[in-house]
Amino acid sequence: MSSEEKHHIVSYKTYLFILLGLITLTLLSVGITNIELREYTVAAALIFAAIKSYFVLYYFMHLKYDKPLYRRMAMFVFLLFFAVLFVTFIDYVNR
Amino acid sequence: MTDIHLHRDDEASKIGMWLFIFTELLLFGGLFIAYSIYRFKNPVAFHMAAEELDLSVGLINTIILLTSSATLAMAYTAVQLGKIGTSKILTSATIILAIVFLINKYFEWGAKFEHNLYPGSDYLMELSQGEILFFGLYFAMTGLHALHIIIGLILMFVVLSRLQNKTMTSDNNQLLENSGLYWHLVDIIWIFLFPLFYLIT
Repeated sequence: MSSEEKHHIVSYKTYLFILLGLITLTLLSVGITNIELREYTVAAALIFAAIKSYFVLYYFMHLKYDKPLYRRMAMFVFLLFFAVLFVTFIDYVNR
Repeated sequence: MTDIHLHRDDEASKIGMWLFIFTELLLFGGLFIAYSIYRFKNPVAFHMAAEELDLSVGLINTIILLTSSATLAMAYTAVQLGKIGTSKILTSATIILAIVFLINKYFEWGAKFEHNLYPGSDYLMELSQGEILFFGLYFAMTGLHALHIIIGLILMFVVLSRLQNKTMTSDNNQLLENSGLYWHLVDIIWIFLFPLFYLIT
């Protein structure tokens, strides 16, 4: 059984690039929230956080290289979370 | 006794780890929803309370945690390539970064305690409802996250000892990948904690 073929080996370089990208995004998110954006500050910060977690999930957690099953399961959990968030907010907004 | 066959199913082990990670995501997800609702109901108090937190400490800890994720991911690459020594160094680097994160957290919480800011303190109880909620969520969520860091540390020590006694090899390394998955989850949670508590003021 060829276990090497089963697993894609990600190079050190890829991880280093992703790390640099993540640090850059962190610094950018600090920069952008310093600008006066009022109600958009929260949205801007969360968009940056979402992009960063995408990179962590896809590269560090190997979702990009793994079987589609893992991506589908992760997608399902995030959809479930957003559904609960949405329903909870509808409840609070309409009280 | 010679034909003992050790059955190992790496794929199942990995799926199990992912399922556990999903329950963790939903656990923190619930706390994030609680935070969002209370922020939505007390925008001014949350804004004022968040100014108490030190952005630079949060930023340094974010960079430490991102780097530690990268080093552990690289440790997995090293073990896959059969470079056990490199893998040991990278896992140790991750452990050191995790400890530095906890030390920072200790001083950060310590400073809050010195200013009489801790759950149930007389000073905190005099603040508005929104500020009490903010600090309650701050201590609960960063505390739960720190507990995850400690569990991650224990996992990495197990990985290190298995690399040391050579029971982890280039084709028996699922524990390292699973520990990595757990550690990256802890990273993702921090990626959201950082903007919500430190950045948005």
